[in-house]
Amino acid sequence: MSDFRGRDILSIRDFSRADIQLVLRAAKKMVPVAVGDRRSRSLEGKILATLFYEPSTRTRLSFESAMARLGGRVLGFSGAEGTSVQKGETLADTVRMVEAYGDAIVLRHPNEGAARLAAEFTDKPVINAGDGAGQHPTQTLLDLYTIWDEKGSIEGQNVALVGDLKYGRTVHSLTYALAELGAHLTFVSPPTLEMPREILEHVKERGLSFRVAHRLQEVVRDADVLYVTRIQKERFPDPQEYEAVVGSYRIDADLLRDAKRGLIIMHPLPRVTEIAPEVDRTKHAVYFKQAFNGVPVRMALLDMILGGGE
Amino acid sequence: MRELRVTPIKNGTVIDHIPAGMALKLLKILGIGDSVSSTVTVAMHVPSRAMGWKDIVKVEDRELGVREIEKIALIAPAATVNVIRNYNVAEKRRVTLPDRAVGILRCANPNCISNVREPIESEFVVRSKDPLRVVCKYCDRELEEIVGHIV
Repeated sequence: MSDFRGRDILSIRDFSRADIQLVLRAAKKMVPVAVGDRRSRSLEGKILATLFYEPSTRTRLSFESAMARLGGRVLGFSGAEGTSVQKGETLADTVRMVEAYGDAIVLRHPNEGAARLAAEFTDKPVINAGDGAGQHPTQTLLDLYTIWDEKGSIEGQNVALVGDLKYGRTVHSLTYALAELGAHLTFVSPPTLEMPREILEHVKERGLSFRVAHRLQEVVRDADVLYVTRIQKERFPDPQEYEAVVGSYRIDADLLRDAKRGLIIMHPLPRVTEIAPEVDRTKHAVYFKQAFNGVPVRMALLDMILGGGE
Repeated sequence: MRELRVTPIKNGTVIDHIPAGMALKLLKILGIGDSVSSTVTVAMHVPSRAMGWKDIVKVEDRELGVREIEKIALIAPAATVNVIRNYNVAEKRRVTLPDRAVGILRCANPNCISNVREPIESEFVVRSKDPLRVVCKYCDRELEEIVGHIV
């Protein structure tokens, strides 16, 4: 996919190792613009249409910020209330209408496969900003960027993915990408929330070894990256069991005593109780930086798709 | 006592080399049920040199479309479909499964966009033909129980 102009961004699995590296390097160059130290008009006159059928804070705002930093404009809706969608318009029709108003479409939708469908109905590039429990490729790219930027490389890093690995959308996409890039993976979850078998098989097919663990304490010492996700209450029929499980996957200062000095802790946010506030003050915490990284990464992608970037 | 035999048909379709025990499923996916208007003959557990045992289905006055033959391929990949016209075999076709199964399967994922009211047909990428493994083009999930999701 090395030429990104006009391309759809639907799934991280459409990205080769070289594609990912291209995006990461382009994102790094965008940081001075993303923080406002340098100005760019590279997308002046371009319009991004953002269709958020589900509420989103970080993803929507960071797309808007990215477009504004590059001199472009954004139009769209957040939540389907009051739009033609509520009147029963199909996604296919909405997309064909919106393509006349913008140069690219960002879509967040509750149904898996929605972005692929949207891309079939328009020639304008479609960026998947999350489709149900499916893909969220720009989140994966910002996660990869954070590891690469903080650790200097991705290959060979010990990355432990922690929490709800069964239903967690971000950890599935991230696992595919980390396997592509040669990271050493450890999957830490309660037995009922383990990484799906087909994803583990995929990692194995890539010739990579991985570890499955149920106790956080077992993996902290060796980890270079802890990627923590939220365990949701509704996954447990018994509230007491939920409380017990959540308690045992909580990151706090005590747990981090044996951690490597360079360990980084990531989280796609929002967090609830899985990372104690005291961890925020440690040098391990990079989750707010990770949230910021969504801006330069999305700037890089928009510039490559809509402008002449890379 | 006179022996009861399955007689040749004048016009229609003979589906042969169906794996033994699959004939009733095959009738179901062809929509042959209570309200059938032409003669349908089903032979089950017939000795076969090639397969050991097989089933055969003869449907009179009906020729099958491409999609119907693709559906048969999902449950009987070695089946042959003979088109009979005026007692002669006018065409002999081996069923084939395409690399993409379009409009013949329903995704098992209720949250898949292909199960929502949108102007598209379902589409599955055939990852492997033996054993048969298919993945939904839209939601990327593998269909576990294929026969039960034939439309």
